[in-house]
Amino acid sequence: MSLTATDIRNLCLASLVFAICALLPLGDQGYWLGLGVTIAMFTALATSWALFSGPTHYISLATAAFFGVGTYVTGLGIDTLPFWSLVGLAGVIGAVLAALVGLATLRLSGVYFVIFTLGLAELVRQVITWVQNNSGQKGLYVLTDLDEAGIYWWLLGLSAAVFLTGWLIGRSRLGFALRIIGDDETVAAHSGINTARAKVLLFMVPGAVAAMTGAILAPRYVYIEPSLAFAPILSFQVVIMALLGGASRLWGPVLGVIPFTFLLEAVSSNFPNQTTLVIGVAFLVIVYLLPGGFVGLMGRINRHLNTREGA
Amino acid sequence: MSTPVLSLRGVTKRFGGLVAVNAMDFDVAEREVVGLLGPNGSGKSTTLNLISGALPLTSGHVSLWGSRISGLPAQTITRKGVSRTFQLVRLLPSMNVRENVVAGAVFGHRRRWGQDAWDHADQLLDKVGLGGKGDMALGQLTYIDTKRVELARTLASDPKVLLLDEWLAGLNPTELQIGITLIKSLRDEGRTIILVEHVMDAIRSLCDRCVVMASGTKIAEGTPTQVLSDKEVIRAYLGDDDA
Amino acid sequence: MDILITGILLGGTYALIAMGLNLQYGVARIMNLANGEILVAGGYFAFIAYTATQLSPILTIFLVAPLAFALNWLIYRLMLQPLVNRAKNRGQLETDSILATFGLSFIGVGLMLSFFGGDYFSYSFMAFPVELLGNTYGANRVLSFVMAVLICGALYLWLNRSRAGLSIRAIATAPASARLVGIDVKHLSALAFALGGAVTAVGGALISTYLTLDASTGVVFTLKALIIVIMGGVGDVRGTIVAALLLGILETLVASLLDPGLTLAAAYVMFLGILLFRPQGLFGKKPT
Repeated sequence: MSLTATDIRNLCLASLVFAICALLPLGDQGYWLGLGVTIAMFTALATSWALFSGPTHYISLATAAFFGVGTYVTGLGIDTLPFWSLVGLAGVIGAVLAALVGLATLRLSGVYFVIFTLGLAELVRQVITWVQNNSGQKGLYVLTDLDEAGIYWWLLGLSAAVFLTGWLIGRSRLGFALRIIGDDETVAAHSGINTARAKVLLFMVPGAVAAMTGAILAPRYVYIEPSLAFAPILSFQVVIMALLGGASRLWGPVLGVIPFTFLLEAVSSNFPNQTTLVIGVAFLVIVYLLPGGFVGLMGRINRHLNTREGA
Repeated sequence: MSTPVLSLRGVTKRFGGLVAVNAMDFDVAEREVVGLLGPNGSGKSTTLNLISGALPLTSGHVSLWGSRISGLPAQTITRKGVSRTFQLVRLLPSMNVRENVVAGAVFGHRRRWGQDAWDHADQLLDKVGLGGKGDMALGQLTYIDTKRVELARTLASDPKVLLLDEWLAGLNPTELQIGITLIKSLRDEGRTIILVEHVMDAIRSLCDRCVVMASGTKIAEGTPTQVLSDKEVIRAYLGDDDA
Repeated sequence: MDILITGILLGGTYALIAMGLNLQYGVARIMNLANGEILVAGGYFAFIAYTATQLSPILTIFLVAPLAFALNWLIYRLMLQPLVNRAKNRGQLETDSILATFGLSFIGVGLMLSFFGGDYFSYSFMAFPVELLGNTYGANRVLSFVMAVLICGALYLWLNRSRAGLSIRAIATAPASARLVGIDVKHLSALAFALGGAVTAVGGALISTYLTLDASTGVVFTLKALIIVIMGGVGDVRGTIVAALLLGILETLVASLLDPGLTLAAAYVMFLGILLFRPQGLFGKKPT
């Protein structure tokens, strides 16, 4: 389909926003840049997560697994291959892994998928730990000349790519198929849609993005070990941020990423033991107070205003 | 009859111990309208579900133009040109009327995308009597209009075989006449139609042939007049005492 | 042989925990992901009762059970019932209850962390060896197994013989029809959920006599219980028991022959096999 005037305006606007964000390291190299890295990382993760979970309603907790695999790709390959190729390689491995997980579980009900993805990070972590113990190696050093600003730009670029992908999928037949699947899977199948294939294809997107994010962030950790790379809490943070913002719109998750990053930052520096409690409360807030996230809330307010005007 | 468009041979469906459909055999010729009749719970809708691929068969087979389609997933059967409506209307709640119709056009037997699909959807909406309502939300539609949207979606992929599951049920007499005329026009376009129906007026005026089911088994087959005067059919509907 | 018996002893407690989850999922249709935290809380209770007052865990369970029952009943009535009421379809309830019970799970961990800290806890109860078929095992393990068998047996009898048990099985099989024959589905769902929670907490108290727990181990038990329930088939008591024993044996096998760090990985591989080849559970009929 050709671009309409609105499309072109939105594209320009989005490019402008990204350009402004890209200027951050010029202003600050310390605390704010650190936050910027976190926000850029979660924007890529949560937006790609919502691309899959928004239309399909499957809750994936596999982020940590793909992320960890990505960090290990960088960790193992950094001495032999250039950094950019490792990011690409991580993306391919993440996508293939996601396809395998999807083929095994996406035919079944949502509960099976949640449980399987929840354990996936733990499975990979245990296997890597075991391999390391048996080979006598504890962790990996990742030494590059990539600084914080470099990581930030990489992540920002990845986020931009995620948005572009999401926008293109939204305009494609695949995107349309997913909307139908999200509404009624039986109708989707009877309209000629190969529902399993569409879901697996789409699940490869967050798989690839999470692995690439891990690969990009590996130099920041310097020393990689399984319990750090496969921290399960990452998966939950991504779910909360995406749902808090709203998974039904491409720009929804960002609305959750920014406030929740600040909230977690504040909590972990003031009450370091209460982060789990905050995550728990956030889940309940999403279910009981904000179904549909901020996007849903804005929709309700809009409708309310419209009916008031109409009356 | 030359090669039938659709033929069922020994089609059987068990749910646990219950035999819902028992060794059904029948053929449907090109451009024929076949009515599938029977009391409630006799297995008509299940038979339709077996043809469309919504349910897997326990045994037997269904063929389309002589090649086997049973065992294929629903989406493949749809792509081969068999399209259906549902007993309880199923529309896509997050989409407007036009998008609901486009949904049927993009992935089915004959595929369209982009402006072509939108134009095609608008033509179909005109045809089913919903011209100009493409931008409406589903919530604004009356009951018959939701049925029209579903029919338009079903037609959007230009299917060769249409399966209509009680599409005329619940319509008032005026709407019924409109509905009957609409289905007739579909046959005149060259489509082959199987309809599960209770409305006798519709059966008499639409069907070339009827297959009557009771307790999962075929008990009669013939023209509407023949089957409706058949002793066994009357007994199945009214019970022994009245026969 | 040694491995087999250790595995069966472990599997017995797993069966109890999984029975708790199965009651909750099979009847109340809530996949309770906070199940593991209830278990750890039961363990904490037994730990505190034993270290503070020397109260035997075998007696503690008679305190733990009613407390956990009440707590789970409240959780169901206050938090989950509204989700059941508002859900438009099964899928929505599934998503909502997964998110809500994840929330509860994190809150449970958070609360336990702030009350008890993040340390492992364990105590020495009946830590003397007993001999079985030529090998020695911890008396606490054997006792836990015996208790688990007794409780599973009682539950099985209750489900199969009593009127309430019959109604509960009816709901598990066909919720809509159960309502039609005059079964109070809401009331019994809450009851089943609470009972499931009580069974799990008792399992926690028993397991704490021989395993070291800490505030955040709950999720591991949740995962194992989920795997057992899916493997055994939802609502299938016999399947749950067989699956639990299989898992216990597999874990013991992997831990003693390969590496104790791989037990969950092994459980996962088994789960994957089930998903690929028998998604309807070990004894489940193929859906038609």
